[in-house]
Amino acid sequence: MKSNVKNQISREEIEHIAWLAHIELTEEEKEVFTEQFNRILGFFKKIDEANTERVPPTYHVLDLVNIQRADEVEESLPKDEPLKNAPKKEERFFKSPRIV
Amino acid sequence: MPKLYELTATEAASKIRSQDLTVEEYLLSIFDRINETEDKVHAFVTLIKDQAIEKAKETDKNIRKLKKIRLLAGIPIAIKDVICTRGVHTTCSSGMLKDYVPPYDATVVEKLSNEGAIIIGKTNMDEYAMGTTTETSFFGATRNPWNLEKVPGGSSGGSAAAVIAEEAPLALGSDTGGSIRCPASYCSDVGLKPTYGLVSRYGLISYANSLEQIGPLTRNVEDCALLFSVISGHDCRDSTSVNLLPKDYTALLKKEVKELRIGVPQEFFSDGVEENVKKAIWKAIGKLESLGCTYDEVSLPSMSYALAAYYIVAMSEASSNLARYDGLRYGFRKEQDEGDWATVYAKDRKDGFGTEVRRRIILGTYALSAGYYDQYYLKALKVRTILRRDFEKVFRNFDVLVGPTMPLLPFNIGEKIGDPLTLYMCDILTVPANLTGYPAMSMPCGFHDGLPIGLQIIGRPFDEETILRIAYTYEQNTNHHLRKPSL
Repeated sequence: MKSNVKNQISREEIEHIAWLAHIELTEEEKEVFTEQFNRILGFFKKIDEANTERVPPTYHVLDLVNIQRADEVEESLPKDEPLKNAPKKEERFFKSPRIV
Repeated sequence: MPKLYELTATEAASKIRSQDLTVEEYLLSIFDRINETEDKVHAFVTLIKDQAIEKAKETDKNIRKLKKIRLLAGIPIAIKDVICTRGVHTTCSSGMLKDYVPPYDATVVEKLSNEGAIIIGKTNMDEYAMGTTTETSFFGATRNPWNLEKVPGGSSGGSAAAVIAEEAPLALGSDTGGSIRCPASYCSDVGLKPTYGLVSRYGLISYANSLEQIGPLTRNVEDCALLFSVISGHDCRDSTSVNLLPKDYTALLKKEVKELRIGVPQEFFSDGVEENVKKAIWKAIGKLESLGCTYDEVSLPSMSYALAAYYIVAMSEASSNLARYDGLRYGFRKEQDEGDWATVYAKDRKDGFGTEVRRRIILGTYALSAGYYDQYYLKALKVRTILRRDFEKVFRNFDVLVGPTMPLLPFNIGEKIGDPLTLYMCDILTVPANLTGYPAMSMPCGFHDGLPIGLQIIGRPFDEETILRIAYTYEQNTNHHLRKPSL
């Protein structure tokens, strides 16, 4: 039984997952998060006890599928509006950090 | 004579309609009250007095001219800062969005404006609505108006506190795992989380999109019905919006509950629930019985898995929804771009997000990652199905389920914030309604040591009418909703 394993997640795994999520962590945070995550994941193990054989997942509570609206042209925001909240821009463009 | 700011929305609307009250004098009274209390409570992140007073004057002019007066003409409202307001800062109480000014209104804001409501400000909340106490706000905690040392509940703590402190008669909150009902319980508000799909989420900044709904926070049930009537309804800009005919819920309020069947889930009275809370809830159930309801104890066996399943689903959805914060189009970006895109992105998200938000994004990323997806995320979604089946089964024999909203009375600010898992446990009684999509309300049902206790009423999907009817009948036969904090 996996639930008997004391540590669910190591500090190295947290570093890896944080990198996947694009969030930098301080050394101190890595320490605290490792302890907290193990307790939280230990609690999550509770769901292992539920018998879910042949039970389908519920992604969504409504039975709505493929909701579409008529493809009609509507007024868009004026062209400088979407740029107003950009922290860095140049002319009519968002300015990104170096990609490669 | 009650002061103007003490009026409920329904009372104020009727005085404005009959021209016994000008909107301008009403709003000035509201802003005086805010001046008097805001230092103690800190319910607001942004106040827009000049804009609101200008709109009040305009409304006064129109009322003198027009024959048809809109439903909420001249009624002030506070909006949780997770709901987009065109031209007014919308921060999610996060450093990430501290400078964000939306170029558009959320659908609920449009609906409020169409009915003449006047937005007076944006309310404080847990950062990105992730919390149970309003302590994780980038702008500092909101305080409970009943006892300034206590938390107001969360995440819509600012909205709930503003309403009970009489800084606004109406407020909007959002509820992903109890974020309307928890602060409603802790501040003695009426708070409704509608059935999933009844209120448009267009313009609601997403945390966990399959769970959350916008809903009203008010001082009584009639105001709740009024505000809910205005904000509900179909919206083609939200693909999860249900296409039902709009209803006037105020016309459906009845002071009669004969033969309604109440189910009392035994899981809502487990050892983790404080005795004083249990006592108040049983007293309320006794009252409802004396008014003509019948009740029976029921069981929701899968409740024991609900909290874990909720946090897995909510964190997974959060990790996906919050991936959009890249500091490019909007949001926090450090002055110096040091390094390549991935490095800059990771640094901006480190400094832009608070600790709880990062904790949830990282845990959600873990639950969705290869090797763990089946074990956590998929398993949680299957548990969600089992819980739905439990609900469907129980609701074959009962019209509503009733129990406490919160297992504990409001606790001290700072008391639990260092221990995330202990805080998560506080949501145990509110998350089932979000996982299943069922509507649920919290309403005042008593006090212990001067601190409010909330009664939770869960109804069938799209049957807010029965919840409101039971709540209205209970309220009209009790006095808890009339009690006021001394500020």
